[in-house]
Amino acid sequence: MNFKNIAIFLLIIALIGFISYSAIYGVNLGKYEITPVKESMKLGLDLEGGVFVVLEAQTDAQGAELERIMEQAKAIIRQRVDGLGVAEPNIVLEGKKRIRIELPGVKNAQDAIDIIGKTAQLQFVDPKGNVVVTGKNIKRSEVTYQLNREKGREEPVVALEFDKEGAKRFAEATRELVKNVNRKDKIIYIVLDDEVISSPVVNSAITDGKAVITGNFTVEEAGKLATLIRAGALPVEMKEVQTSVIGPTLGLESLDKSIYAAKIGLILIFLFMLIYYRIPGLIADISLTIYILLLLGTMIYLDATLTLPGIAGLILSIGMAVDANVVIFERIKEEIRSGKTLRAAVDSGFKRALRTVIDANVTTFIAGIVLFKFGTGPIKGFAVTLLIGLVASMITAVFITKYLLKLTIKMNITKNTKLYGA
Amino acid sequence: MNIIRNRNKFFLISLTIIVIGLVMAAVNGLNVGIDFTGGTLLQIDFGKKVPVNEIRKITDEFDKNASILHVGDNKEQVIIKTTLDLDNKDRIEIFNKFKEKYNLKDEAFVQSQKFGPSIGKEIRTKALLSVLIATIGMLIYITFRFEFKFGISAIVALVHDVLITFSVYAIFQIPVNNPFVAAMLTIVGYSINDTIVVFDRIRENIKIMKKDKYEDIVNKSISQTIVRSINTSFTTLLVIVVLYIFGVEAIKDFALPLIVGIIAGTYSSIFIASPIWYLLRTRVSDRNNYNPNRV
Repeated sequence: MNFKNIAIFLLIIALIGFISYSAIYGVNLGKYEITPVKESMKLGLDLEGGVFVVLEAQTDAQGAELERIMEQAKAIIRQRVDGLGVAEPNIVLEGKKRIRIELPGVKNAQDAIDIIGKTAQLQFVDPKGNVVVTGKNIKRSEVTYQLNREKGREEPVVALEFDKEGAKRFAEATRELVKNVNRKDKIIYIVLDDEVISSPVVNSAITDGKAVITGNFTVEEAGKLATLIRAGALPVEMKEVQTSVIGPTLGLESLDKSIYAAKIGLILIFLFMLIYYRIPGLIADISLTIYILLLLGTMIYLDATLTLPGIAGLILSIGMAVDANVVIFERIKEEIRSGKTLRAAVDSGFKRALRTVIDANVTTFIAGIVLFKFGTGPIKGFAVTLLIGLVASMITAVFITKYLLKLTIKMNITKNTKLYGA
Repeated sequence: MNIIRNRNKFFLISLTIIVIGLVMAAVNGLNVGIDFTGGTLLQIDFGKKVPVNEIRKITDEFDKNASILHVGDNKEQVIIKTTLDLDNKDRIEIFNKFKEKYNLKDEAFVQSQKFGPSIGKEIRTKALLSVLIATIGMLIYITFRFEFKFGISAIVALVHDVLITFSVYAIFQIPVNNPFVAAMLTIVGYSINDTIVVFDRIRENIKIMKKDKYEDIVNKSISQTIVRSINTSFTTLLVIVVLYIFGVEAIKDFALPLIVGIIAGTYSSIFIASPIWYLLRTRVSDRNNYNPNRV
């Protein structure tokens, strides 16, 4: 018996035990706090509950024109979603004509969809509440630079241009407003969906249909305002093409049931490996535990979202991690049978099995990359866990299983090859 | 067991299943889910089992052909599926009718899904394209690491697994939907993984057993790797079957094709892939490697 190696072995088990415990239940060590995996992991809508809607722009525009329209639509939708007060909404362009809006944890999903889907209304309103012009009167809205005389430097401003009708109405309104004495009576409110996005003061009558909004903007602020005004000016009809509303109970149920199933599945695998492969089986179980910790840790670190298909991908990659161990152990068994000593059998068994494991995993990896690149939604979620899983399984099978197996041999507890599955 | 000598029996078993599947698919069509056809899904928790004909009373107003399915531990929930493109307003209206009749709370609304008709077609096209690209990528890698004939054989095994899974779906009329696509893609990856381990052993044995016939090499390689093939599939199946038993509907939809695909994948890696490689190797000559003494 070699007590030093036994001590190392026990230390490793204790360490993994501690990390597993803190991953499941969380640990609070005064200054340091480890939150449980269940709370740190970003969950997909199917697990957390929530809404996603895919809207499609009803337009024949193409190329740069379409891109511009979609950016505007996205900006205005973001504005509305922010108004809903949803934590961590996700709004992305999908393909060329579609926008995907994900609202985690929204309870009243139907209302949310209604608000997001309705056509934008942009209005310029005078202090008395009269609508001066609407979004359809605006021909142009963009950021330009204008000299600020007081500060003596160029500043970003939003330049507007109205159509003929708009120019006429804007001229009438500004001519009236400029006569007022009080500053607050000279304001024209720019209202988007009942929310004031800008309240410029009229300094002079604007008769040529070209207005400039100044106001200590940064370039970003000016850009945002210009986009919002434009977005209201170009209402594209957005049609709901895909919706998913997952109630919070279903999401929770999916998560709990999947975790429960994964637990039972893992216990069965651990038992099988232990009974079939004995000492190497025990080591495989330790490696698999490390593998799962590594996989979950990487997902949290990368801020990857765990979805229902993602859980399936996770479980499949556990299957492949087991496979790597099985291939190695079977090889070692063969080497023992051919009359090699335990130590020699482990060495050559690993060397030979490694090539097999690499070839098998690289081919699966190629498939995973393609799925990640071309897949959408569920397929992508699945591919992410599969890819991370494959890498983690290679690392644990090649380094950790090998190290621990050699360590147990060095511990010199037994030379009985039967305990190594032979 | 002499797998090479009995190869035709194994081919016949697979071929029979595939032919039955394809004929069934041609005659009955596939049971395609609303993810593909476009349509709407609504899931409501009634808190007790409500007979289908009672639910039909309300759903018939919208669609007489809506499918109604009881789910949940005590069948207390109902999934209503229709191929109609119901928008948000219609969905609320249907839910409110149930809500009124059965005194439900807002929480009874479990989920709703809507798929526009164009979405399903897009998913299918994209999935098909992904598989095609993945297959070419894998073929290149295998050709590079092994040889072209191994690559072709692995792809044949892969197509076999996909077709078998497809056939099982056609024969038993299991709904084909979005998770099914993801599952098919998984099967592609798994099948290759399974086959490569056997091929790896053949590649190794060709170098060691220089005087032996290909038939003996293949048979020996399979017998050397069969324990691994079975153990790996067994452990993977273990988890997926547990997942199928305990999972929610969406997980079940995903787990079922995987179970079929993994069984098919194990079968093909033992009984299909290697015999195909053997046939290619011995029947199709190539200038460099052909050695009549080993046939």
